[in-house]
Amino acid sequence: MKKLLLLGDEAIAQGAIDAGISGVYAYPGTPSTEITEYIQASAEARERDVKSKWSTNEKTAMETAIGMSYAGKKSLVCMKHVGLNVAADAFINSAITGANGGLVVLSADDPSMHSSQNEQDSRFYGRFAYVPILEPSNQQEAYDMARYAFVLSEKYGVPVLLRITTRLAHSRSGVLRTESATENELKLPSDLRQFVLLPYIARKQYNTLLAKQDALEEDAITSGFNKYIEGNDKSLGIIACGIAYNYLIENYEDGKVPYPVLKIGQYPVPKKMLQKLYDSVDEILVLEEGYPILEELLRGYLNLGKKIKGRMEGSVPRAGELNPNIVAKALGMGVAEGFDPANVVKGRPPKLCDGCGHWDSFAALNEAMKSYSPGRVLSDIGCYTLSALPPLQAINSCVDMGASITMAIGASEAGLIPAVAAIGDSTFTHSGITGLLDAVNRKASITVLINDNATTGMTGGQDSAAYGKVEDICRGVGVEEEHIRIIKPLRRLHDENVQVLKEELEYKGVSVVIARRECVQTLARRMKLKAIEKKKAAAKA
Amino acid sequence: MKKDIILAGVGGQGILTIATIIGVAALSEGLQLKQSEVHGMSQRGGDVQSHLRISSKSIASDLIPEGKADMIISVEPMESLRYVNMLDKGNGWLVSSMNPFNNISDYPDLEEILHEIWKLPHYVTIDADKIAKEQGSVKAANIVVLGAASPYLGIQYESFTDAIKSVFSKKGEDIVKLNLKALRAGRQYAEKRT
Ligand SMILES: Cc1ncc(C[n+]2csc(CCOP(=O)(O)OP(=O)(O)O)c2C)c(N)n1
Ligand code: SF4
Repeated sequence: MKKLLLLGDEAIAQGAIDAGISGVYAYPGTPSTEITEYIQASAEARERDVKSKWSTNEKTAMETAIGMSYAGKKSLVCMKHVGLNVAADAFINSAITGANGGLVVLSADDPSMHSSQNEQDSRFYGRFAYVPILEPSNQQEAYDMARYAFVLSEKYGVPVLLRITTRLAHSRSGVLRTESATENELKLPSDLRQFVLLPYIARKQYNTLLAKQDALEEDAITSGFNKYIEGNDKSLGIIACGIAYNYLIENYEDGKVPYPVLKIGQYPVPKKMLQKLYDSVDEILVLEEGYPILEELLRGYLNLGKKIKGRMEGSVPRAGELNPNIVAKALGMGVAEGFDPANVVKGRPPKLCDGCGHWDSFAALNEAMKSYSPGRVLSDIGCYTLSALPPLQAINSCVDMGASITMAIGASEAGLIPAVAAIGDSTFTHSGITGLLDAVNRKASITVLINDNATTGMTGGQDSAAYGKVEDICRGVGVEEEHIRIIKPLRRLHDENVQVLKEELEYKGVSVVIARRECVQTLARRMKLKAIEKKKAAAKA
Repeated sequence: MKKDIILAGVGGQGILTIATIIGVAALSEGLQLKQSEVHGMSQRGGDVQSHLRISSKSIASDLIPEGKADMIISVEPMESLRYVNMLDKGNGWLVSSMNPFNNISDYPDLEEILHEIWKLPHYVTIDADKIAKEQGSVKAANIVVLGAASPYLGIQYESFTDAIKSVFSKKGEDIVKLNLKALRAGRQYAEKRT
């Protein structure tokens, strides 16, 4: 078979297709988005009718996948790392129910926060839930592990966490496919109460999960994804997890490391392998792309044993992603230096696209807020978060998806009246609706500005679950009809829009202003497609 | 054979197209490759970069080590300088378009930027927009830059032309022709210089 040139994300998608999934459930989020997009575009997946429509948020995605697993089929769930916080309740409990059909959860971490609010390490969640974790070091392993994850999940009846980080997700390399597995038939669990987590059943199930741990650890020895590589120089032993292994061998001619190396790709990490390394070397260096999880476990709280080097000890920087030079320095090797950075180079931060409706929306808001003291706009996550930067400097918060509305309630109850919540349409349906219901029930004095650009802009323009439904949702939640206002964010309508916003800011209750204009990027793409369709139709006629 | 290349530019300028063409050309010569891209946040008019590594041996890291890049290929002059810390001081080449993309308030003087580039031991600066226009469209400026970089990439010229034919084939004969001309013009400019 010919090698495919795939992103890490795409390798996982192809692996899951070849593993015989019947559905992928996901909410977009960098760097995980391309997995679902690849499956959506795959002719093979379409032919098999693999379900791949975007979910409203990560929790609904996770739960839908648990449902598919309950019904006996294989499913993949994809999200960025912070998405796992949203899905955590379902995720942790899925470890207790166990899996019937193969259930694999992919979480893409973003160390160095290239496009995220934090750099949390999903491996913590895997440990927390007592489920196996697979962490590929390259694109081929990403493919192989996506396939193996389903085998593992069905063999032990547990969900499996597949963890990648930005650099693998968004890096391309050759991948060799292996023979495809088939999809499962519909088949309910033999015990129809397996998924009923009433306390007495949950206790039993939890013990079942705990009883599997030794076997899961043993599997991490036999699967071949953890490797003990001998080395002659025993003054140091190295543990390299996931892509840290690449950065390690990059520093040696032909990849030959003089020290013993434990390459980690599957957790729980086998104690036997750790013990062997620990006993044969003087010191250990732990290289992890993420938090110092293994390092902390090895050190123990009091660090009474052999010297364990890493992020906690200081040989590796405490925060941020790794690279070949960081690893070289941790090994005490010299590193090459390039030219000194030139002073003429200025920062070029990302900004809202020219012609984006968010410009006009926030320009109007800024003017409407002029008569109030500053610091009243609680915002959310999306392209519109860029309005925090000059020249708009329009917002005062961005915490987690949906937090704009609920934070505005809290601030208003502390006396900040009016308080404004600024949110996008996709974020609104992701996690804003429940907050709006709170606002209505509590009769909060807030104005919610919903920037409805008919898409999920920030992550590249995926379909928004809110499409065509925003005002109906607001009505349904109980916002008064006369305080649901719709404006079109355009420069020529600036004065009108300011007026509408001013009126609603003065209202002592819940008001919603929907600023509706399609994202110019999505619009351009749609027009291009339309033109192509037209051409095709004309050619046919 | 090993070439580590940093591709630089501003979101939307087509650096990934350059990466794809070099990638296809390298694969056709049986070389291995890793290419890391920037997605997400940084694409909205911000600076973007891609690490492209090609080699006859297997490649470990997705990222190029600092000070080891054989080449910086940039479609924007200020952006080319953002990554000089990555360039191999002895043998590294910097190939950049001379056409600024000015979307920030404190964009420096072009003279100053070029002055910095011209201090480097190995460089090509090229008026890619003008040359691309002469070939038919300014849209092919990125391929002009690729043409100017092509003599130093250790890949046969025919592999690039074949790659352009396959990458642009879906867009029609005219686009293929335009880009082939752009590649040739960029190449000739670089060869005349050195
Ligand atoms: C829990 C979680 N999931 C996903 C993301 C990634 N993400 C950030 S903003 C965004 C979408 C924003 O869409 P919308 O609210 O419609 O605003 P737009 O970008 O279109 O302006 C997504 C998916 C995230 N930060 N957190
Ligand atoms: S992608 Fe769309 S929503 Fe985002 S900044 Fe550009 S135009 Fe605005």
